[in-house]
Amino acid sequence: MSFVGWLQIAATLGLVLAAVRPLGRFMAKLFLGQRTFLHPVLSPVERGFYRAAGIDPEQEQTWFGYAMAMLIFSAMGFLSLYAILRLQGFLPLNPGALPGVAPDLAFNTAISFLTNTNWQSYSGETTMSHFSQMAGLTVHNFLSAATGIALAMAVTRAFARSGVATLGNFWVDMTRAALYVLLPLSVVVALALVAFGVPQTLSNAVDATTLEGARQTIALGPVASQEAIKQLGTNGGGFFNANSAHPFENPSALSNILAIWAMLVVSAALPITFGRMVGSERQGWALLSAMAILLILGAALVYWAEARGNPLITALGVDTGLGNMEGKEVRFGQAMSALFVAVTTGLSCGAVNTMHDSLTPLGGLVPMVLIQLGEVLPGGTGSGLYGMVVFCVLAVFVAGLMVGRTPEFLGKKIEAREIRMAVLAVLILPLVILGFTAVAAVLPAALSSLNNAGPHGFSELLYAYSSAAGNNGSAFAGLNANTPWFNTTLGIAMVLGRFAYVLPVMAMAGSLAAKPRGQASSGSLPTTTFLFVGLLVGVILILGGLQFFPALALGPIVEEVLMHTSATF
Amino acid sequence: MLSCLRAAGVLLVLFTLLLGLAYPLAMTGLASAAFPRQAGGSLLTDNGTVIGSALIGQAFASDGYFHPRPSASGHDAMASGGSNLGPLSKRLMERVSGHLAAQPSPLAVPADAVTASASGLDPDISPANALAQVARVAAARNLPADRVAALVADHTAGRLFGLIGEPRVNVLALNLALDKMPAN
Repeated sequence: MSFVGWLQIAATLGLVLAAVRPLGRFMAKLFLGQRTFLHPVLSPVERGFYRAAGIDPEQEQTWFGYAMAMLIFSAMGFLSLYAILRLQGFLPLNPGALPGVAPDLAFNTAISFLTNTNWQSYSGETTMSHFSQMAGLTVHNFLSAATGIALAMAVTRAFARSGVATLGNFWVDMTRAALYVLLPLSVVVALALVAFGVPQTLSNAVDATTLEGARQTIALGPVASQEAIKQLGTNGGGFFNANSAHPFENPSALSNILAIWAMLVVSAALPITFGRMVGSERQGWALLSAMAILLILGAALVYWAEARGNPLITALGVDTGLGNMEGKEVRFGQAMSALFVAVTTGLSCGAVNTMHDSLTPLGGLVPMVLIQLGEVLPGGTGSGLYGMVVFCVLAVFVAGLMVGRTPEFLGKKIEAREIRMAVLAVLILPLVILGFTAVAAVLPAALSSLNNAGPHGFSELLYAYSSAAGNNGSAFAGLNANTPWFNTTLGIAMVLGRFAYVLPVMAMAGSLAAKPRGQASSGSLPTTTFLFVGLLVGVILILGGLQFFPALALGPIVEEVLMHTSATF
Repeated sequence: MLSCLRAAGVLLVLFTLLLGLAYPLAMTGLASAAFPRQAGGSLLTDNGTVIGSALIGQAFASDGYFHPRPSASGHDAMASGGSNLGPLSKRLMERVSGHLAAQPSPLAVPADAVTASASGLDPDISPANALAQVARVAAARNLPADRVAALVADHTAGRLFGLIGEPRVNVLALNLALDKMPAN
């Protein structure tokens, strides 16, 4: 670890912090239906979309109507993306003449991009045509993120409103999130990425003759446009197999800072939007503080673990002053690789600039834990915010139990129905992750996909199902996941992680919206204090983390112990 | 229900046209106008032939060139990726030992010289890695070692403002400069 490294981490997070307030306030205006500076350009497009689609933007939906609209939109997106992938061979913009994608892989990939997971069982440069990348994957990068933001806004209105049955209009929220937030940010970030060296071209590949006379074929494509939304929408599905470690996705230290900034900015701004909309920006900062504390702790732990180097390689006579360099790129260094590892998993992004499979045991433990905590640090675009609200509801409930008062959050009484729904939601992750991992750990068809033996092999399984259920998408990528077993079960895990989670959350939002919003009294727990932030962090760690401890003990924890005995597998 | 299906279908088509075609195609046009070199992949040419991309690592095996980091994908720029070997992997230890045996060096071998990069296409090596190769390259080319070391120093990039980035040497740029070096 070095002072410069810490400074790099602090400077990058500082750039995010600087953007959080203006972006958060902008989104609050947008979703409250007020005019923003982008309206002169974009509102004609928006109104045109509504007219063509027969949408009345004034008509609001109940929680059930909102959730149904979201499900129908997602189901239709799945079918169209599946069709594009299967029919790729007959579609245009296919300079590499790639064939259609196999059924199990197309199923897995369509689910993956639709649920904002972007788990990739394939390698992009040899599987996807430009048409599939652009009209298929890029579109769903936008729409899955916009859907997440829309759901978060519906949950926000449940607290902002008093005694109403409706939560807004899904079509309007989703369209506005895509048009006014994600598209303009993507245009700016994409152009900046090209300036830093990310290609943006329709040609497929170029042949080079090296100085030694060998041939090297270099894959190219419309990378920057996809890269921008991949980061901004916390999607994480790379154009190339190596994802953000590939020099064409992430060519320099500057592009790396921009990639981290873009990953974080929308999710970090949404708590501020939440605060503005419920009438207390302080509440937003309190949520963001809880997220930031755990995220920074995670980044620091990865940095420490990786900068130590791998003692087994040091013992062979290698100078590991640079730290553990297996699976890392020279231009990023340990500090900015560590920050990327923590951010991509604290968010449900899943882009990687480091091969997580080759992290030291504790370095690999952190991303797994950050996913298992429920993807709320600060989580995926939108999904992070509604996940955090669920933890807030549970935190005030726990506090209420301790002091014997009816819990309330932002003036809304939290009662049996809300707690039932919140607990139902947070139980999905352990059920799916531990259930599938347990089955896979005894199934020969699953075990034959492992790239590593010993506890690390178990970690590959645990990471895969954590990543899928948490809608993250990063991997211990040595696992060969392009098999019918993994494509199918990971697909199911992604669907459950997204939809089985959000449906109870929406039901909770519906019942909260219907309640009157009372004034805070001297008896209610203030939720903008350090005390509450500490309570929230505690609830996240205990509720989100403790249930995975036994599984983690069999993977990264025992591996760390074995590393100090110089065992190899 | 029917109005829901219409809304979903029409929005999906319109967004596909806007976000899936108009946005990437507009970006392609803008990028090629504003940053043609980067948009095309930062290609390096020598007498009209493309010799590689400044950003993409290449395999160099002969003694007269600086060698890149080990690559799990054999520097195949159509199939990027790392080794994905865990920290206690036997195969990792065997590979590192193999590299150490093949490149005896009087200096301590820096970690990046024996570990595979994340992308398999890392264009850079650490300055220590480059300096450890100076003696071999200088001997193969019959050049004085201090001239080769000076060339390495010229091609060592530092941190922007002393803060951003890591000290590194771009292997292809260094080897290209090496070829252009006058013999005496």
